[in-house]
Amino acid sequence: MSITAEKIVPITKTDRERLVPFLIRELKPKGKLITPFNLISLPVILLGLVLLVIRFAKGLGSITNLSQEYPWGLWIGFDVITGVAFAGGAYVITFMVYVLGMKKYHPIARVTILNGFLAYVFYAGALLLDLGRPWNVVNPIIGNSFGVSSVLFLVAWHFMLYMIAAFVEFSPAVAEWLGMRRLRRLLGSLTLGAVIVGITLSMLHQSGLGALYLMAKPKIHPLWYSEFIPILFFVSSIFAGLSMVIFEGTLSQRVFGSQVSSEHHSSHDDIVRSLAKVCGYTMLVYMFLKELDLVHGKEWTYLNTGMGHWYLVETTGFVLIPCIMFLRCTATGSIRMCRVASILTLIGIVLNRLNVSIIAFKWYEPVRYVPSWMEIEITLAVIFAEILAFRWIVNRMPVLREPPAWARESHRLEREDVRKERVIWKSSSI
Amino acid sequence: MAGEQWPDPLVLERRRERQMDRRDALKTMGLLGASTLLGDSAAAEERASDAEFFGVLVDTTRCAGCRNCEFVCAETNGLPDPPDDDSVLEQERKPSVTQWSVVNRYETDRGEVFVKRQCMHCNHPACASACLTKAMLKTGRGPVIWRESKCMGCRFCMISCPFDIPKFEYNSPVPKIQKCRMCWERLAEGEQPACVEECPEEALTFGPRRELLDIARRRIYKSPDRYLNHIYGEHETGGTGWLYLAAVSFEQLGFRADLGTEPYPELTKNFLYSVPVVFALMPLFLLGVSGATKRADESEGIPDEHHG
Repeated sequence: MSITAEKIVPITKTDRERLVPFLIRELKPKGKLITPFNLISLPVILLGLVLLVIRFAKGLGSITNLSQEYPWGLWIGFDVITGVAFAGGAYVITFMVYVLGMKKYHPIARVTILNGFLAYVFYAGALLLDLGRPWNVVNPIIGNSFGVSSVLFLVAWHFMLYMIAAFVEFSPAVAEWLGMRRLRRLLGSLTLGAVIVGITLSMLHQSGLGALYLMAKPKIHPLWYSEFIPILFFVSSIFAGLSMVIFEGTLSQRVFGSQVSSEHHSSHDDIVRSLAKVCGYTMLVYMFLKELDLVHGKEWTYLNTGMGHWYLVETTGFVLIPCIMFLRCTATGSIRMCRVASILTLIGIVLNRLNVSIIAFKWYEPVRYVPSWMEIEITLAVIFAEILAFRWIVNRMPVLREPPAWARESHRLEREDVRKERVIWKSSSI
Repeated sequence: MAGEQWPDPLVLERRRERQMDRRDALKTMGLLGASTLLGDSAAAEERASDAEFFGVLVDTTRCAGCRNCEFVCAETNGLPDPPDDDSVLEQERKPSVTQWSVVNRYETDRGEVFVKRQCMHCNHPACASACLTKAMLKTGRGPVIWRESKCMGCRFCMISCPFDIPKFEYNSPVPKIQKCRMCWERLAEGEQPACVEECPEEALTFGPRRELLDIARRRIYKSPDRYLNHIYGEHETGGTGWLYLAAVSFEQLGFRADLGTEPYPELTKNFLYSVPVVFALMPLFLLGVSGATKRADESEGIPDEHHG
């Protein structure tokens, strides 16, 4: 096959000249401006911006309930630590699709990568709002102040590198949207590398978020403190991420249903059932680890206390029960049950992460931290902003819908090339 | 900031390193190969155990609760004057953003006991190992200090400190971390910390940590009725620069007894050591797996990055 992608339709100068008006056209909102979602989200985001001005002018104490006893509140405990666990789907799905070569999950790869990427940009980005001295944020990156013995140093670097990796994974969609064929080929060839780096980084920073709390040993209730907390965070990020994929997939199917091909529609239920199975088995592993930790630390004596009951609510109501539902729904084939299980699992992850970071953190203090309405407001603003960015991209780039014909065509040709090379390689070895 | 006129503690640190004898230097070199990859926690540990840290011995049986140290501390460090009224002793106080050193009064089985609290200046400080910009630093002489130009205000030091010492200025757009610095500028000049110098009861003794432990042991042996046979800080959290003697159990004096004797940075060591291992091996493993799967389904071609 001598024809390459560039030769089929070469990029002409006029194409490039058209790029600027194209971008301007695309920047404008598509569809109706006044929708229930916009009416709620835009005021929340605007109010959030106002509050952030106050926060940066007067200090964190002006809008948060953070204190000397609770230096990390909702913005770290929920936005960063829970948000990043929810973004775990991206590395699990890319592992299955690009490393294990499971084609079945291919239709959801791009949307999952996009979700993961945006989650990092917005939720891990929310970390900047929480920094007291954000102008020094470059110190651990380009400065001479590498605190390499710090877990947070690793987490910060891994966040940053993962954002780059996730963007590279998603970038072919951007090139397809812009109609840049040569760039599309180049970026496509980087995907496997980015995926491998991304999975490695994800393993390390998902567990790293747990490792942040290793030195808070005397401050976290023994039922939640564990020397295995990095492993527990990593394992739970697998089913947290996949539950998010199931939950988010259900929403996307409804909201962006018109963009999804009928073929994808029909394969979606099958994908959900298979992911539910992975979730169920991973949760079994997680519960085994939790159990091991409980027995190993002889912590069962705490179970019949107030905190113990709360622990049982988390581990039974939001791990054991959804785990059974996941395993059952793959047998009975009930998609509805899979979805309910995924929602319960997500609640369980929120509970677990908030327990470690806030609720079981200094459980002995007489004055407990409760987030202020303004902290909650800004958290909502961050979530809405992320959804708006997601909607903007999905409505423009081939995320849920099929890539343009030229991209598919060039890929078919690339594949033929590869196959041909292999044949040559094989015959030459004979 | 007054601290800016003094040499950077890192410079002092390096100067001290140069003075290490050859054997130790070689020992550190051996670790260096690992430490560049693993982070310098291993090398730092090596350095810390060789160092002669300075510290302060607090004899709570001598303290009369005059709170002179509180006032001297404020004066030396340019902090607002603490309240003059002794009614503040009625409640247990913690060091705060405006007061690095506090004296508390405790009712115990052996009567009233006064205890001065401030940063413990740990041998292996959790705050410094938590700091991703090295703003928190264990200096060669022992004080743990905070450096304004490095800090990004993440407050991970506050999460990690087992004694809950670093305090953050929540109501400032340019917030600082506030905590006792053991008058490290004065130490560099060959002076004692201000509070030690001004203590009228000689309840505070400044010196190399090893000598302080000797003094403390001698006091216990000489007057076993007067002291509990426990020097708080000798082993707690791997040893602290500030050491305490008391007549009653330390729990009665507001100290935590459950902190353990392991240095806190050790808690993250396994995780930090596993990072370079995962980083080196995981990509190779994944590359191998992806290669294996590709050959297996050759007839169907490779998975690509668009929808198929």
